[in-house]
Formats: sequence, C-alpha cells, structure tokens
Amino acid sequence: MITLLEARGITKRFGGLTALSDVSLSIRKGEVYGLIGPNGAGKTTFFNVLTGAYVPDGGELVFNGTELPTGKPHKVVEAGIARTFQNIRLFRDMTALENVMAGHHIRSRANPFSILLQTRQAREEERLITERAYELLRYVGIERFADTVSKNLSYGDQRRLEIARALATEPQLLALDEPAAGMNATETAKLRELVQTIRHDGVTVLLIEHDVKLVMGLCDRLAVLDFGKKIAEDVPAEVQKNDAVISAYLGGHGNHKAGAAA
Amino acid sequence: MNELALAIPWLGKRNPAAARGVVILLAFAAPLIAMLFGKTWVRILDFAMLYVMLAIGLNLVVGFAGLLDLGYIAFYAVGAYTFAFLASPHFELHLPFWLVLPLGAGCAALAGIILGLPTLRLRGDYLAIVTLGFGEIVRIFLNNLNQPINITNGPQGINMIDPLVLLGWDVSKPLKIGEEITVNSLFQYYYIFLAFVVLSVVLVQRLQVSRVGRAWAAIRDDELAAKAIGINTRNMKLLAFSLGATFGGVSGGLFAAFQGFVSPESFSLMESIAVLTMIVFGGMGNLAGVIVGALALTALPEVLRYVAIPVQQALFDKVILDPEVLRMLLLSLAMIFMMLLRPAGLIPAYSRYSRPELVVGKEVGK
Repeated sequence: MITLLEARGITKRFGGLTALSDVSLSIRKGEVYGLIGPNGAGKTTFFNVLTGAYVPDGGELVFNGTELPTGKPHKVVEAGIARTFQNIRLFRDMTALENVMAGHHIRSRANPFSILLQTRQAREEERLITERAYELLRYVGIERFADTVSKNLSYGDQRRLEIARALATEPQLLALDEPAAGMNATETAKLRELVQTIRHDGVTVLLIEHDVKLVMGLCDRLAVLDFGKKIAEDVPAEVQKNDAVISAYLGGHGNHKAGAAA
Repeated sequence: MNELALAIPWLGKRNPAAARGVVILLAFAAPLIAMLFGKTWVRILDFAMLYVMLAIGLNLVVGFAGLLDLGYIAFYAVGAYTFAFLASPHFELHLPFWLVLPLGAGCAALAGIILGLPTLRLRGDYLAIVTLGFGEIVRIFLNNLNQPINITNGPQGINMIDPLVLLGWDVSKPLKIGEEITVNSLFQYYYIFLAFVVLSVVLVQRLQVSRVGRAWAAIRDDELAAKAIGINTRNMKLLAFSLGATFGGVSGGLFAAFQGFVSPESFSLMESIAVLTMIVFGGMGNLAGVIVGALALTALPEVLRYVAIPVQQALFDKVILDPEVLRMLLLSLAMIFMMLLRPAGLIPAYSRYSRPELVVGKEVGK
C-alpha cells in the first residue's frame, strides 16, 4: 500500500513540558487510522503540528512524497489535509450552506477584481461553489438545514457540518479530532456510517477518538500515544493485547482515569 | 437597496416593491425636501453622503472582517490631502479630477496596507489601540509637516482646492437647464455623491456574497477555523484593510473638492469614533443599517444645533447648554439606550454571504 503521510521524529515542547517526543508514524492511502491515548497524551498536539497550527521543535512530515510546510495552516490545507476540531468551531453567523461554501475558499480562484466586475468566470465559479456545497450537505445528511444559521443547529448536525466544511477543501486526508465527543449512541452510529462512506469514497481518515468501541470497530490501524511517546502502532486486535497500552490505560502510570479504556 | 427597503417598518415586509420605490424616491428627492428648510440642510445632506461612504468602507473592515479600526479617518485624510496636493495652488498643480481621485484612493489603499502589515497578529482591543495611534500619527504629521519644507501647510491647511470638474462640467457652478431652471451646486454635489454611494453599495455587496466576503466573515467568526480551512488570513486581512481604506480615500477626495479646503482639524480621533458609532448604531455588518446609522448620526447634531438654541432661548431667555455639549451628551445617551434595547443596532438583519438567486433551498427554521 502507498504511504500517504509519514511523520518522522516529531518533537514538540512547551517550555519544560515535552508534549510530543520523537513520534513517528505512517498513514497509508485509503485507510482509517486511529490515534488514541489517555488525556494529555499529545494527540491534539500532534494534530496541531500536522495541520500547521504549531511549529514542531524537531522532525518532519512527508505528505504524498513532499515535505509539508510547518506553521502555515493554509499551505497544509492546499496540500490536501483538512481537519475538524475537538470543540466544534463553525462560523456561527453563517448558514450551514455558507460554512461549506467558505470551505471551498482554497479551491476557488476568483480575485477581488473579478468579483467586483462580476466577470463570467467569477459568476460561474460562484454557481459551482454553491452547487457543490449543496452536494456536500446532502452527503453528510443535513441538506434540509442549508439555510439555517449554523449556531442554531443541533450538536450532532454541527459536527456533521464541520465535516462537510472540511470535505469542501477537497482533502486527501481528513483529520477528525474526537468527532464522537458528546454524541449519543444513535448519533455515534450515524457518524460511523459517515466515516465509512468517506473512506469508501477515497479519502483517508485520521481519527482521534476516546470512544474505544468506535475506534476498534472503525479503524484499520491504530497508534497509541502516552506522555508524548508512541507506545504502539498496529491493527486494533493487536493493540488491544499490547501490555504497554493496557498499563497506560489501566493506570500503570498512576493517576490516569482507567474508565476511558473500559 | 433591497435591504434598505425591507428595513422600512410595516411597508417593507408587505410590499417590497413599493418599499423599494420609496427608497429610490427618497434618495432622489432628499435634497428637494432638505431645501424646504434652507440651503444649509442640503449642504448637511451632502456631508451625510460622504459619511455614508466612510461608514460603508469602515464597515468592510470592522463589520465584515471583524478588525476593530479606530484610526479609519486617517485614510479619509490621505484621500483628502492627496486631492489637495494635486489639485490646488499649493503646489501649483491642477491635475484633472479623474486622475486625482483614483490616485488618492490608491494612496489610501497603500496606507491601509502599511497599517495592516504590522498589526496582522493583533485582534480586538490591541488592534484598536494600534490603529488609534496610527490615526493620530497621520494627523500629527499633517499638522507639523510645514517645516523644514512646507508640504502640508501645517495647521492652516490647504486652501482653494479645485472643485470637481467632470468632462468640462464644473460642479461648483450652478447648472442651467434650458431657460428657467438652474440647479444649485449643492444639488449637483448631492447627486454625484449619491452616485458614488450607490456604486460603493453595489461593489461592497458583490464582495460580501463572494469567496472574499465569506473568508472575511470566517476570520471574524473564528480565525483559527478560518486558517484550518485554508484561508490565508494574512492576505485577506490586508485586503480588508486596503479595500476599506480605498473607500475612505475616495470619500476624502470628494470631501476636499466639495469643501475646497482641508486642514488637520477635520481628521481628529473624534471623527474616527463618530464613523464607528454610525456603524454600531445602525447595525454592524449590515449595509442597510450602516447607511441608516450614518444618515441618522450626521443629521442629529445638526438638528440639535438648529433646534437647541432657539428652544433654550424661548424657554429660559438664554442659552444654557451649548449645542456641542448637548451633542456629545445625546450621542452617548443614544448609544447607551441602543446597547440596552437593540444591541445589534437599528437594523440587525442577518447578512448573507451567498448569492440568494443561487440558494434554492427552502427555509427551514431560522
């Protein structure tokens, strides 16, 4: 299988705290890759390094054979990596449709002059963006709320909208940061279907998740982080048996909540 | 135009077509109505149109992109002084209007970028302080650049600026139509300014419902998320600053030509705040609100000036409160009540960032 993303020796320090220590992992094209670990293990930090929000102190990221720029989020999106946030971050005053349309920004080209003059190209592009945004809303199943201001959507629908907005950037790798957080069982089941559809349609998925049942059922491979170090990387069945993982989750280090893995 | 029409109470919702007609009619008849109260009022109306343009430009920066700018009047000053330099006896230059105005707009846009570059990382209060400083720096420069070489003529300002001349039509002279009718220059200025306002509205609306408008709204709503969907926030902020400044520059150029005189006094911090107040009062981010706010707050102090003195004299036989004092008092009161009763402004209608004719969906919930 082709490797889509290769992280080599990623290190990130915040003052005296080493949030990520020499983390290397590789994500293959077309798989759903899970990143798990107890609270504070460095999962979100890894996400932020990957998507350019943080500049790493060491290591490199190779995406599709080329090195990813660090600290330039828009370049990362342009390269084909999109993300969602653990705490939903929508554009609250825009409608659902407009949120997705905003997601097309990087894949559209109209400049201020063509917009001010409303050239044929600009108008055509705007029409395409609108159409495509509708398609994506239909894809994630919230088309009927297209005209609803996003802050008024239900929690589960906001999650879906955020995924639609990320998909609008036409990513090859979709990075989801705890997409099932705060969802009930029905919503989680629907989310699982959605992730599977997305993968089926050719987008590789990187998933940070606390819901172990969801991760085990959904992911092709997993990496486990603990205290900023990768302690395992394997298929779910093997990871479940891994001693280091079990001790990380069940309190080998003392003060972690064991509940997460139960 | 549509938003303005819809904002008319009662009529707007029932009969949008009629409401639109009312707006257009009012826009055209405004100077005639103002004339009933005297020429001064037409002049005030002309100034109101300039303020509307300023408010539209500032709204682009503050309302759309969410960048609080307290030095906006500096761009007005740049536009006005560019006009004054290039079309007055000061440097013995008399370049034509169609050249000077775009130059002024360009200089203002450049000033916008100069202000934008160092402030890219700042937001909210911090940005407000820096922009405030920028506005004051520009004013102080204008005030003091009369030595060692005299560039701005210092506090005296620049006098005898050329009036608008469009293709041989001198706007500052009464226009004779046929034998009977002469059109006062104040009227002519009004219609020219109105044309500029209409053009500004059209342009800004086009931006708002485009990829650029959505990017600005995204930055305003959540900058981190905006970056995460690939928006180059640096470029988009600079674009907002420079485009906003362009409107200020054009408005300033028109001001210089209309007034025939510019001095640093016209570009004080209070003016920046006045324009910002207009936006907040009318409804930030909403074009109709911004226009109404600018009109209302330009008219209010003038009404006071012409009403407060006679009323006080009639009641107490003397003037107790100077209208200027009253103005600040009432303005503050108006703002306080506004924040209590309608925190989102007079017309807080929700703004679109997509083209309505393309959005085919049915309205489900609001």
